[in-house]
Amino acid sequence: MNTPGQFFDEMRDGAQARTPYSDYEAWFAQQNTDRLARKSQEAEAFFRRTGITFNVYGASDAEERLIPFDLVPRILSSREWTKLSRGIDQRVCAINAFLNDIYNRQEILRAGIIPVDLISRNEAFLPQMMDFSPPGEVYTHIVGTDIVRTGENDFYVLEDNARTPSGVSYMLENRETMLQMFPELFSRIRVQRVSDYPKNLRRSLESSAPASCNGRPCVVVLTPGIHNSAYFEHSFLADQMGVELVEGHDLRVVDGHIAMRTTKGYKVIDVIYRRVDDEFLDPLTFNPTSMLGVPGIMDVYRAGNITIANAPGTGVADDKAIYSYMPDIIEFYTGEKAILKNVQTFRCSEPGALRYVLDNLADLVVKEVHGSGGYGMLVGPAASRKELADFADKLRARPGNYIAQPTLSLSTCPIFTGADLAPRHVDLRPFALVSPSGVNITPGGLTRVALTEGSLVVNSSQGGGTKDTWVLED
Amino acid sequence: MFRFLERAENTARLIEAGFRIALTRSSDAESEWQSVIITSAVQPQYDARYDGYDSTRVTDFLLRDPDNPGSVLSVMKMARDNARLVRTALTTEVWSAVNETWMLFCDLLREPVPETELPHVLATIRQQSALVRGALHGTMLRNDIFDFCRLGTFIERTDSTARIIDVKYYALLPAPTFVGSRIDNVQWETLLRSVSGHRSFRWAEDGEFNAPNIARFLILDRRMPRSLSFSVAQIVDNLSYIAEEYGTRMPCHDLADDLRARLKDRDIASIFEEGLHEFISSILQDTARLGLQIEEDYRFNR
Repeated sequence: MNTPGQFFDEMRDGAQARTPYSDYEAWFAQQNTDRLARKSQEAEAFFRRTGITFNVYGASDAEERLIPFDLVPRILSSREWTKLSRGIDQRVCAINAFLNDIYNRQEILRAGIIPVDLISRNEAFLPQMMDFSPPGEVYTHIVGTDIVRTGENDFYVLEDNARTPSGVSYMLENRETMLQMFPELFSRIRVQRVSDYPKNLRRSLESSAPASCNGRPCVVVLTPGIHNSAYFEHSFLADQMGVELVEGHDLRVVDGHIAMRTTKGYKVIDVIYRRVDDEFLDPLTFNPTSMLGVPGIMDVYRAGNITIANAPGTGVADDKAIYSYMPDIIEFYTGEKAILKNVQTFRCSEPGALRYVLDNLADLVVKEVHGSGGYGMLVGPAASRKELADFADKLRARPGNYIAQPTLSLSTCPIFTGADLAPRHVDLRPFALVSPSGVNITPGGLTRVALTEGSLVVNSSQGGGTKDTWVLED
Repeated sequence: MFRFLERAENTARLIEAGFRIALTRSSDAESEWQSVIITSAVQPQYDARYDGYDSTRVTDFLLRDPDNPGSVLSVMKMARDNARLVRTALTTEVWSAVNETWMLFCDLLREPVPETELPHVLATIRQQSALVRGALHGTMLRNDIFDFCRLGTFIERTDSTARIIDVKYYALLPAPTFVGSRIDNVQWETLLRSVSGHRSFRWAEDGEFNAPNIARFLILDRRMPRSLSFSVAQIVDNLSYIAEEYGTRMPCHDLADDLRARLKDRDIASIFEEGLHEFISSILQDTARLGLQIEEDYRFNR
């Protein structure tokens, strides 16, 4: 296993605090650990009382769980952030251009930059989206880019979550919790605000409304319902934006528009921020057994009478096989080199790569091309010999289903253990809003932290926690 | 007594809004604390005592200072003294809620409140206010005593909301229409937070952040429980219950009706035309006059 010191620690460089953390460290040195331990419990009580919980699929015991919150913030300097946000901006613009191209002229396939197979045999590619442009030509209204760090200036994009990224409610509530618990920190240290996110989200969605919409656009949040793991977030965002939270059965097609059931009759809506997967969106077009969607919504969509955010079929851009082509995609559409690096990725569909992956399995992380949430992946260095052998069989059986990446030396940031600080691995998911009027990225994002010593898996469904993420003012 | 209770609660809200802005918007802290002091109508007393505005001194002055007649501790003492005077007019639950609140505040505000404890202290003040209000609504006979309690609450609330608007009225003037009238004004957030209206504003009819909408929300929206229109309507209603029970109208009834007429069936454009500042100033004066008239008409002055 890895020993401390081998990883880039974001708080300490040897015995010294790194510059972004120097004020925090000075504050921390004066704290009494009993008080911090008490604060830590208060935070948990706060999350419980507010109902910030999530459900784990397949867990039979406690239905609603809390994501553990760690009270040590993750801190970025404004210079570090500027570079990150420029990189994210570039990436989301390229992803939108890519989607618009893939669903229309497919120039990138004609130019031979991406193999045709990767699109035509991709489950996330929706032929129903061909030869059609959504309102304002925006496909991914909300993007949550997963970023990891390995050194002072080394940031890598791990995944582009272009379907329905979740976690933004934790970004907001973690900050509220910190403001409540440690107000004195915020008067000493200037941190950029995140609280405008809901207002910006509503504006961004409104400006993506169909051209035919007159007056102020009506926006709703579409949720699969209270049993969904992210239901808290759906209700939270609707409430914070001041828009209705609806389920599929609240909506229907009325005179060529989508309308919602209200106590005063049906009301036409213009923009749906949907947290329902593509497959369940329209039983007439996709999964016929879906009870979560709206029959006929795809026809209304293609007629240009509703905006669906994110657009159906955006999953083709955050596929892990497409991911490996991202630097080429960025260059193709923006003419610039990618600002943020990609992690080296082996496509197991290629025989040479497959051979390399099988030979080096113990050093690699192998992921399913369409998987998410940290399920179905193999972390080579942490796997037993039997696990490695079993996984090798799976790889040989369906090589096209997997990609492999070197195990990254993820940076660490300390957590408060109850008595002391201890380094744990972290990642970062900033949130970008895209509309015809531009890209807006909230300074900060969601920092996920692996709470177990040495662990690299930060997913909340697998025991990860979260931290408040600070971007300092200049 | 309920005027004092309402005042304590409003002061807590005001500090909360100021504190948040000071923490989340770096450059505005000093001017923000200054407007909190002006809004509380205690600037002369404050300036006589301190030089410059910062969170420690402003919050201490507004929460604990015995020389500040408007501090939470001072008004709570008066509320509790009043409650003792009229002990027999109150239900046991209302009395014990007031008394417990006073004891709790004395304890909570014995020492200067460190910044680290401020959110907790402010939350307690709000919770205790809710407790007293709940006891009033749940247990009091709906007679003239109840009506006078409500009257005090809404006179104070009208005054408080009008002051909040008055101090920042310039942020609510309609922006020139040529460019970027959608640009956020930092003051809007404070205005809405000072009346705990930042969430309900988003839900109000057309929650779009711009000056006329926010001004209308704070002044004219009848659904907003701290708006001028709502508070004044409550004053008129409670006065009319008293007139009904006593069988006579008094001069204060006419004053209240006049005040109500200035807010009823108005639109925000006509108020802008009249001049927002002038409008709010006159509402403040009329509310003060109404308060005095009620005291006179019902012999609250000894």
